[in-house]
Amino acid sequence: MRRTDLSTRLKWLRTAATHVALVAASTLFVMPMLWMLTTAVKPIEETMTSPPRWIPSQVLWENFPKAVTYGSEQLGYIPFLAYAVNTSIITVLCVIGSVVSNAVVGYSFARLRWPGRDLFFGITLATMMVPFPVTMVPSFALFKWLGWVGTFKPLWVPSFFAGAFSIFLLRQFFKTIPMDLAEAAKIDGASEFQIFSDIILPLSRPALAVTALFTFMGAWNDFLGPLIYLVDQRTFTLSLGLQAYQTQHGGTPWNLLMAASAMVILPVVIVFFFAQKAFIQGIATSGLK
Amino acid sequence: MGILFATPWIFGFLLFLLYPLVASFGTSFTNYSILRPPKWIGVSNYRELAQDAVFHTALKNTLVYVIGAVPLGTVLAIALALLLNSRVKGLPVYRTLLFLPTLVPMVAQATLFLWVFNGDYGILNAALRGLGMNPPNWLGDPGWAKGTLIVLAGWGCGQAMVIYLAGLQNVPVSLYEAAELDGATAWQKTRNVTLPMISPVIMFNVIMGMIGAIQVFAVPQVMFPGGAPARSTYMFAMYLYDNAFLFQRMGYASAMAWVMFVIILLLTLVALRISDRYVHYETN
Repeated sequence: MRRTDLSTRLKWLRTAATHVALVAASTLFVMPMLWMLTTAVKPIEETMTSPPRWIPSQVLWENFPKAVTYGSEQLGYIPFLAYAVNTSIITVLCVIGSVVSNAVVGYSFARLRWPGRDLFFGITLATMMVPFPVTMVPSFALFKWLGWVGTFKPLWVPSFFAGAFSIFLLRQFFKTIPMDLAEAAKIDGASEFQIFSDIILPLSRPALAVTALFTFMGAWNDFLGPLIYLVDQRTFTLSLGLQAYQTQHGGTPWNLLMAASAMVILPVVIVFFFAQKAFIQGIATSGLK
Repeated sequence: MGILFATPWIFGFLLFLLYPLVASFGTSFTNYSILRPPKWIGVSNYRELAQDAVFHTALKNTLVYVIGAVPLGTVLAIALALLLNSRVKGLPVYRTLLFLPTLVPMVAQATLFLWVFNGDYGILNAALRGLGMNPPNWLGDPGWAKGTLIVLAGWGCGQAMVIYLAGLQNVPVSLYEAAELDGATAWQKTRNVTLPMISPVIMFNVIMGMIGAIQVFAVPQVMFPGGAPARSTYMFAMYLYDNAFLFQRMGYASAMAWVMFVIILLLTLVALRISDRYVHYETN
């Protein structure tokens, strides 16, 4: 009687301690983002008080449209909108290119036989260790020679040529699909391409979604690529634009800067909430092996 | 037929990896800007690197960052994953909240943390003052600026956390039951069952984390243009970028890139050597 009493009490204590730790960690992790949101809707005077106030005296939603049009008078166009459109174009092209090319190549490595396949796959995995700066200068020279510097092409064309990480992810997934499905289709006279497009692809939606998600994140997030290849401010992406807002002469007011940051984050958060399961599973499997 | 399916990657590999890899190695022995054709100068670039004080500062800053950020991120991610692996209510909510920071694009992270760490109006210093402390000027003090970058790396540990959580959930329950029969405490179970079982996952993530951290660029570049204050945040990749695109010294930048590559290979080798001793792989 006594013993069970003690052990239930211990269990209760442990549960309570876990909750306390998780609440503390979650609060610390979310705090900066809440701070961003309250700053974004504050009047400018209230961003500069010490100690800072969490709740603004009035909620200025108009800070968001103000942040969008900030600087449009000098530039003659609405910078934030231009950046958003540019980023979207690059991101959509990258996602299409990456999903199509990595699916095809991943399938080739997973299910088709050709000489040197396994050796080449090993080399492909090893290329994940090559740091970006090693290929940066000759790639720049190549795109310069093609006349592509200053255009979006250096940022999205390479995604149509697959990449080691996504090839690996999709190959692992394709390998889990039972072979007999494809065998049966082959007996019925289906071509290799039909097997791929009619049987394998429909079964692989989750893995394709993960590839699309990671590409989306990478392209939306990219800073160094646009920094190297984009010249004219009108062609900037959101990442570059946000940096430009920040380092601008005189500085952008903090409330508008936070409003702009929040709007840059928003699409990623929306995509995350719609595809949370695929997201979490994709990250988990990508890091396990 | 199979090779036909692989053609996009064969071209991608040749054009965007193998060719640049070979070309940058060659370029590292030349004096080259995009305006002038490369001129062979032997190992001069490497010799100059050995004596370049700015390069040494950048290298040191980067190593301090790696040594701070990778262990902090790893320990934090494992600790949070262990908490999330317990059986309490509301886990999906906690997981989402802890994961959210990793969704924030790097430039937005940098902007946000300039504001959070702001010496006068930031919430961090307000909180520290509230606790009766006399907080430093994080962004302006060369002794603390690197610390903000390391803290930021810890804030973004959610991705690793999710990976560790998946690793924890793959540990067979039977092992814990056997340990319980032997009278193991919670700490003993963690120390002798959980950690050895997820050690391959830890190894993989530490290696990938190091490779990423050595290349750190976007956040310091946005938060501390030019590596301010007093070059204390000037990182390897920033100096490399400046040489390639600001000073038009692409041969020199390529030599730096190869030094970075060799450091990555060496660190990976060391990590694998250590893993031979400590990492437990299932054999069946």
